[in-house]
Amino acid sequence: MQQEAPGLRKTPLNEVIRQAGAKLVDFAGWEMPVQFRSVIEEHLAVRSRAGLFDVSHMGEIRVEGRGALELLQKLTPNDVGKLVPGQAHYTALLTPQATFVDDILVYRRDEQRFLLCVNASNAQKDFSYIRENAGAVRVEDASSEYAQLALQGPRAAAILGRVADQKVEAIPGYHFIEGSVRGAPALLSRTGYTGEDGFEIYLAPQHAAEIWLALLRAGEEDGLIPCGLGARDTLRLEARMPLYGNDIDETVTPLEAGLGFMVHLEKGDFLGSAILRRQKEQGVEKKLMGFELTDRGIPRHGYPLRAAGREVGCVTSGTYSPSLKKSIGLGYLPVASARIGERIEVVIRGSAVSGQIVKTPFYKRPS
Amino acid sequence: MTESKAAFPGNLRYTKEHEWVKVEGAVGTVGITDYAQSELGDVVFVDLPEKGRALVAGEELGTIESVKAVSEIYAPLSGEVLEINESLRNHPEKVNGDPYGEGWLLRVRITQPSEAEKLLSPEGYRSHVEEGGH
Repeated sequence: MQQEAPGLRKTPLNEVIRQAGAKLVDFAGWEMPVQFRSVIEEHLAVRSRAGLFDVSHMGEIRVEGRGALELLQKLTPNDVGKLVPGQAHYTALLTPQATFVDDILVYRRDEQRFLLCVNASNAQKDFSYIRENAGAVRVEDASSEYAQLALQGPRAAAILGRVADQKVEAIPGYHFIEGSVRGAPALLSRTGYTGEDGFEIYLAPQHAAEIWLALLRAGEEDGLIPCGLGARDTLRLEARMPLYGNDIDETVTPLEAGLGFMVHLEKGDFLGSAILRRQKEQGVEKKLMGFELTDRGIPRHGYPLRAAGREVGCVTSGTYSPSLKKSIGLGYLPVASARIGERIEVVIRGSAVSGQIVKTPFYKRPS
Repeated sequence: MTESKAAFPGNLRYTKEHEWVKVEGAVGTVGITDYAQSELGDVVFVDLPEKGRALVAGEELGTIESVKAVSEIYAPLSGEVLEINESLRNHPEKVNGDPYGEGWLLRVRITQPSEAEKLLSPEGYRSHVEEGGH
C-alpha cells in the first residue's frame, strides 16, 4: 500500500516507477523505490543477469577552470593528477581531521574539467564545503541537470550496447565516454555500487523515462528487471562498499574504514594528510571489519558488537546476504580484536548471537 | 485512505498488529497477514516459541525478520503452543508465498475462547489496513 508522502523530492522516473508497482520510501528526502517485487529476486538478478536502478537522487557537482585540479588535490586523498580525461576514481571529501565529509566519484572530463558524483544526503553540504575552499575555481551544483540510471550485472554491457550510439563493451572499468543513448546525450561510466560489472548513465532529466523504458525493453531477453534501493544496499554490502552515514562519516578516516587504496600520501599535502601519515606509520586504533553470523539472526545498524565478552563497538551495516545465504555485517573493532577468524558476538534484541570476523569482500564476482 | 490489494480471507479473525487466527474448536492456527508479509518483504528468518509455552493474548511470542526489517509477532489469543511450523526454518519464504496456508506460524490450544470475540472481523481488519495499518 502506498502512503502519500508530501514534501518529498521526486526523480524524473517517479511516474514510471510508480506505474511499475514499486514500493516507495523516503530516502534522504527523496521518494525512491525500495523494491519492485522482491529484494532477493532483484539482488540475484543483478548477480546473474542484470538490474536497472534509478539513482537520480545522487548529486552532481562541476568543478572547472583554472585551479580545479589543485582544488580537488587539496580536498581529496586520491591522486587526481593521475586521472586521464575519460577516467574516474573513487575517493573522499575530507575534513582537516582526515574524516569523511563524503565519499565520492571524481570524473575527469579534460585537463581542468571535473564532475563529482556525491551522495544525495550530502549534496548540499559537499557543495558548500567545496565552495568554501574554492577561491576563484568555478564550482556549480549540477544535480538538477542530471538523472542517473545504474545498469548493473554481467549482461549490462550487452544490453547497453543495443541502445547506446557508441560502442560501450570496450570502456574499461572506472572509465567513461561522453556519448549518447538513442540520441540522448549521456555520460556512460563503467562504474557501480553492486560489485558487478555495469554502467552508470548520466543524462538530462527529460530523457530519463524514455531511456529507462528503452533499456528495460532491450534487456528483456537477458532477464533485466528494475531494482530498488533495497537490493542496491544488499549488493553493495556483499561487495563491502561503504554506505555514508552507516559505515563512514565525519568520525572516521579512510584508513580506519579500510579504504587505504584511496589514500595517496605520495602526491603531497592535502586536507588531513598529516593525520593519515601518522596513522599509516603508527597504525590505527580501530578498523572496519566484516563478520558473518554462525547462529541465526540478522545484524542491523546500531546493534552492539562484542569481542572476548566485552562490548567493543556496534554494527554499522548488516543484512541477510542473498548470495551467500547467511547473515553478514560490518563494524568497527579495536585493532586487538580486528583479526580474521576472531569470534565476535552481535547483541540482537538482548541475546548474544555468535559470529566470526571474515575476509572481505564477502562476495567477489567471478573474473 | 487507499484501497488495499491484499487478501482478507473471510473465515479468519485478525489483530491490529497484523496476525490472523483460524479458530477450529479449541485449537487456533496463527499466522501473519498478506498485508503484513507484503509490507515486510522477503522473509528470511522466523523465530518462534517452544512447544508447550503458555501465551497470554497480546504478548510478544516471536519475531519475523525480512531482508529490510524485523517485526514482532504477538499472540492473538491466550493459550498453549501445540505445534510450530518447523518447515519455516528452511523455507521462511513460505510466509510470503502463502501467508494464510503453508506459511502458518503456530497452533495453540485456546484457553480463553471469549478473547476471539475481541479480534477484528475481515471487514474490520481491511478498514484498519486501508486507514494506514498503524
